Amino acid sequence: MLTGRHLIEPADLSLTEIDSLCELAEQMIVDPKSYSDICRGKILATLFFEPSTRTRLSFEAAMERLGGAVLGFADSSASSTTKGESLADTIRTVSAYADVIAMRNPKEGAALLASRYSDVPVINAGDGGHHHPTQTLTDLVTIRALKGGFQGHTIGLCGDLKFGRTVHSLAKAMSRYPNNKFVLISPTELQIPDYITNQVFKNANVEFVTEERLEDVIDQLDILYMTRVQRERFFNEQDYLRLRDSYILDKEKMKMAKDSMIVLHPLPRVNEICPEVDDDPRAAYFKQVKYGMYARMALIAMLTGSV
Amino acid sequence: MLNVNTIKNGLVIDHIRAGTGPKIFSWLGLDKADFCVALIMNAASKTHGRKDIIKIDNIINIDYSVLGFIDPNITVNVVVDEKISKKITLSLPERVENVIKCKNPRCITSTENYVPHVFKLMDKTTGEYRCEYCDELYRSGEGI
Repeated sequence: MLTGRHLIEPADLSLTEIDSLCELAEQMIVDPKSYSDICRGKILATLFFEPSTRTRLSFEAAMERLGGAVLGFADSSASSTTKGESLADTIRTVSAYADVIAMRNPKEGAALLASRYSDVPVINAGDGGHHHPTQTLTDLVTIRALKGGFQGHTIGLCGDLKFGRTVHSLAKAMSRYPNNKFVLISPTELQIPDYITNQVFKNANVEFVTEERLEDVIDQLDILYMTRVQRERFFNEQDYLRLRDSYILDKEKMKMAKDSMIVLHPLPRVNEICPEVDDDPRAAYFKQVKYGMYARMALIAMLTGSV
Repeated sequence: MLNVNTIKNGLVIDHIRAGTGPKIFSWLGLDKADFCVALIMNAASKTHGRKDIIKIDNIINIDYSVLGFIDPNITVNVVVDEKISKKITLSLPERVENVIKCKNPRCITSTENYVPHVFKLMDKTTGEYRCEYCDELYRSGEGI
């Protein structure tokens, strides 16, 4: 179904395809041995024009665990772009060597452009602040595995909702499923863009509320998705000082939350989740890292026609 | 009202949004024309209050989709033997290529100069277009 396709943005995947990917990822978690050799003889090229150790290692670990091989570069200084080569020529060349390409590039639309010059599937591993579909897939695999499905959840998005592309993608993705409700927790300066509330939520008839303080609403949430609030994003120091503690998750706030709530974070975390929360069984952000690898394994397996 | 002679064989680009006439005049290269052309600005309009008009005493080739992108309310009258032989109404095209350039410095088109700048119509009522690479939004006619 997905064989030979590119993944440029989360919306490239239908709901059925997302279900299939999640199911395959879950099977791989339960029975990794059955999949440990399915990509033997196949090569993944990881083209990282800007460094991202976490995402690159996740892709590389995914391919290694499927029995395939990996080649590529970890930053643009190691690529021919420093000699002035066009992205189109780099992609034409690499697609002659590899069976699938995972590319991160700081320019928005780079993955779409690459897909037009590639003979093999291109996976967008982040194009600037634009799309990062495998992060969304990671979030979805985690939610399905830990919450049993995508419907009927109250989802708290907390922190920088204005610039955080992962929360925009997750909001769009979860709006495609029925009976989800969003609680948008952020300072006024960092509220979610209007197009999400006025178009995405409105078109999908999704219920949402806007809140300023996490402690006021944490007891209602089934899923809490944390992001970092940076001091420099605030217009004035007073607001920052007044609100900063509202966006830091600690043991006290966790006491108010449901036992069944899960805490997600795209990582890396700085100080928005206190280390004391890490031992709480509801803290799922390190499990999320592992689910991310399985999500990428499932994706690579499907795009390369290995399952 | 100012009188401009009727044309024998040519085009009358009418109902141009007031103030947009010079932009279209220049886009059509009429400032270098060796035939008779007229740009009339701020003419009285029953529907819009004021409008611009361009009269061209020659039948020239025009990409009507681009003209529709600049201003979808324009009508073009084709004049043959001093009579209107055809009336062309314009609309917003679904897609424009290399008519405007994406100004987003983070867009891949800013560094890969062989890539055509393609914009797709998002909303007919607002005339909003988006860059197919970076999704940056533009209004019809903006950036010409």
